[in-house]
This record gives sequence, C-alpha cells and structure tokens, in this order.
Amino acid sequence: MQGAFAEHIKALEAAGARTRLVRSREDLDGLDGIVLPGGESTTMTMLMERVGMLAPLRQAIERGLPTLATCAGMIVLAREITDGMADQKGLDLLDIAVRRNGYGRQVDSFEAPLQIDGLDGKTFPGVFIRAPLVERTGDVEVIARHDGHPVAVRHGRITALGFHPELSGDLRLHREFVRLAAGQR
Amino acid sequence: MPRRISIVAEGNGARRGNGEVKGSFKVKAGLAQMLKGGVIMDVVTPEHARLAQDAGACAVMALERVPADIRKEGGVARMSDPELIKSIMAAVTIPVMAKCRIGHFVEAQVLEALGIDYIDESEVLTPADEENHIDKHPFKVPFVCGCRDLGEATRRIAEGAAMIRTKGEAGTGNVVEAVRHARAVSAGIRKLQGMNHAELVHEAKQIGAPVEVLAECQKLGRLPVVNFAAGGIATPADAALMMQLGVDGVFVGSGIFKSEDPLKRARAIVAATTYFDKPDVIAEVSAGLGEPMRGLEIPAIPKEELLAARGW
Repeated sequence: MQGAFAEHIKALEAAGARTRLVRSREDLDGLDGIVLPGGESTTMTMLMERVGMLAPLRQAIERGLPTLATCAGMIVLAREITDGMADQKGLDLLDIAVRRNGYGRQVDSFEAPLQIDGLDGKTFPGVFIRAPLVERTGDVEVIARHDGHPVAVRHGRITALGFHPELSGDLRLHREFVRLAAGQR
Repeated sequence: MPRRISIVAEGNGARRGNGEVKGSFKVKAGLAQMLKGGVIMDVVTPEHARLAQDAGACAVMALERVPADIRKEGGVARMSDPELIKSIMAAVTIPVMAKCRIGHFVEAQVLEALGIDYIDESEVLTPADEENHIDKHPFKVPFVCGCRDLGEATRRIAEGAAMIRTKGEAGTGNVVEAVRHARAVSAGIRKLQGMNHAELVHEAKQIGAPVEVLAECQKLGRLPVVNFAAGGIATPADAALMMQLGVDGVFVGSGIFKSEDPLKRARAIVAATTYFDKPDVIAEVSAGLGEPMRGLEIPAIPKEELLAARGW
C-alpha cells in the first residue's frame, strides 16, 4: 500500500521468489506468503481499511498464510498499540504490545548487530528506523533482543521484526521466509 | 584525507557502547524508503497536520506559510518559528519535516536540535548562500533537496542528501515544471546506459555531476536515493502522473490547503498516489472534490520570481 515494498521485492526475488504487490482484496488470492513492509502504519492501516482489505488480510493470516512483518508491519499485527493515532486499529494477530517510535524520532534511528535464534553464522545487521518498541510479549516466541527488549518475535507462521532486513543487504531472513512459503504448496 | 562522497559513506555515524550506530547514511536514507508510495503534505498549523495525518499522509512538512503565500507576500522567507514546528511535532505521530534556507547550516542545526525527522534544504525559502549548499554529511538528521536535472540531483547526493525531489515550481498549482524536472532526471539516467567509464567521466563533466555518484546511477538505473516529485501538484491526476513518470512518491504543498475541501482532496491525492496505475480509482476519487487551487501560468511569473532557479 505504502512503504518500503520495493526493497522487499528485490530481496525476495534475490531469494528466488516471484512477487506481486498487494493493493486490493483480489490481490490476496493465491499467495504462498505475504510481507507487511515498513512504512507509516497509520497510512497503511487507513488505506487497507478504505478498500476493505483489513478483514480478508486478517482472515488469510489467521488461516496460516506465512507472514513476514517488518517495523510498521509489526505494528499492524500487534494486539496493543501505544502512541499511535487515537483510533489506530491493529489486526490483533500477535500477542505483543508495541509503542510506536518507541526508540525516539529519526535522529535516534540506529544500526546494531543482532543475534537471531535459528540463524547460523554471524550476527544480523539490524537497521532500526523510527522503530517500534516491544513493551510486552504474551503468546509469542522471542527470537532476538537488543538492549533487553524483544526486536524479533515468531508465532506460528508469522515472523515480526522491529528492524529492516530489506535494507540490510543480508538475505538470510528473506531466504528463510521464502523456504517457509514454498513449503505451503 | 579526502572526504568520501560515496553514497555508502558511513563516516558520520556515532557509535555507542551496545554496538549501536546512530545517524549513519543507511538510517538517513532508510527513512525515505519508508515514505515511498506516500504523500508528504505542507501544513501550517497543528490542525492542518492532524487533518493531513487523518487523510493518510506519510509525513508532513511544517511551515509558517505555504509556498503560494510566500510567492504572494514576497520578502525574505526563512525557517519557521521553532514554537510552531514543535506544536506540529506534538500534534502527529507521522514524521515531521521542516525547511531551512539553501546554505543556511545554522537553521539546519536548529532544526536538528528540535528533533525534526527530515530537513528540506529548500529553494522555496530565500537562499542564504549563492554558491554553496549545506554539507549534509555531519548531520544525524537526513536531508531532502530539490533538483531540476541529473547533474543537480547528483551534486546534492554528493553533499549528503538522503532523498531527492524535483523542484517543480512551488506555489503555482501548475505541474508542468515538476514534469519537466522528473523527465530530465530519468532521461539523464537513461543516457548513461551503455556508456563506458571514459564516456561516463565526460558526461559527468558536461552535467556537473560527481563521477562516483553518476557511476552509481548508471549501475542502478535510477538515483541511489529515494526520489519524490514536488512543486505544483494540485490534483489526484497530477499525483498519479508524477508516479507514472517513475517517482517514488509526492509532496503536495499549496495544492491541498489552498483548495475548497482540503480533507477530501488530501484523501483523494493519497488514494491516487497508491493506485497511480488504476485510472478507474483515480476517476472515482477525483469526482466532486470542489475547486482546486487557482494556479498560475509559468510564463506569467517574472523570471526573478521563479523559485526553481534558486540552488546551484
């Protein structure tokens, strides 16, 4: 709808996937997996609501559609959102509470190396841009932390990240997601 | 040691104990990636800012006067009052940008101190330096700069701009200059395809472009940073036109709040930017929007009042 979709497309195609932009409910048909990219969560949610995409998207993910959510995408999936717009609705698919821009404004955006569970080899370059802060986690598995706060969580076939693997040049998380999606066929 | 001007320059990030690096070029250019496919709206009050956010803007530009009023009232146009900027920052959760004068690095320092998310070093304000733009590398806050062609765009990137926009002709409600500038940038990049390095160096000399940045444009087939359209966009169709010409998103300045029904028009421009390649959607959202801003013919503007000519 809006956000860093072009970088995800590049990363997914480099990982061997075919991609398409999802901008209407019809575009949801026949997907093996979906990426909810970074961007402005208010803008994305509003646009999805206006074109009647929120409910079908929620249903598809609930039924097990593999989902990779980054930054704003993580906010969209969250159960509780603080410091959002007054009536900002999430999809309530992930039992976490997030604070929008919880690390501060743009001047506080940062890069940091991350240790992610299940990823072999060296640390993952975490790129955090006006990132959401995960303040509470419930029924999810935390797979990475930074400064004690969860920055990556998993629940079923959903992986949600507070950072931007699509900007990092490291394809490991995209490859893992493509493998998961390919296994759905 | 010579200054690195590669777009992958990381020199200015501040390293902290926990391995964090703040203010690197990656996070500065990264925020612009998050704005892609979106609309950035000029606002002059906190109420405007909230309206823009409600309409689906991905960021707002905090100003004292929209360009149409700056054009009308004349005089020296400067950075906005920090109090106004702070009140707009407090009113919304989306990123807030603000303008400083070309070359006025202290206005930029002030905006950075306020915690603004993006600085527009803008020809809409009266230039403070007629030769030099701001050296944008040392700042933690990212900058967006205007351009009319590829040479100008690459010079700004070499100075550290993390985002580029067309200049267009701000405050006119006339999209013709934005179209000219967007086409000039893409034609400039198309021309690079197939050139060998010697030819690229010659082209760099012809258009006043730094060779390294031009080589990056050749490799990528586009600018190495996000590229928005700005200056004269007044209707949903204008926004979609710019998107179809290949820009990553649009700025709308005077076009929204100088129109009859700002909320409706703002929502329509957001929709037309998302669905820029769907004429049926653009038709639907364009219906019954009320009067657009009046608009100006470019030849009717005295040459010395053309804003796009500012910047070097």
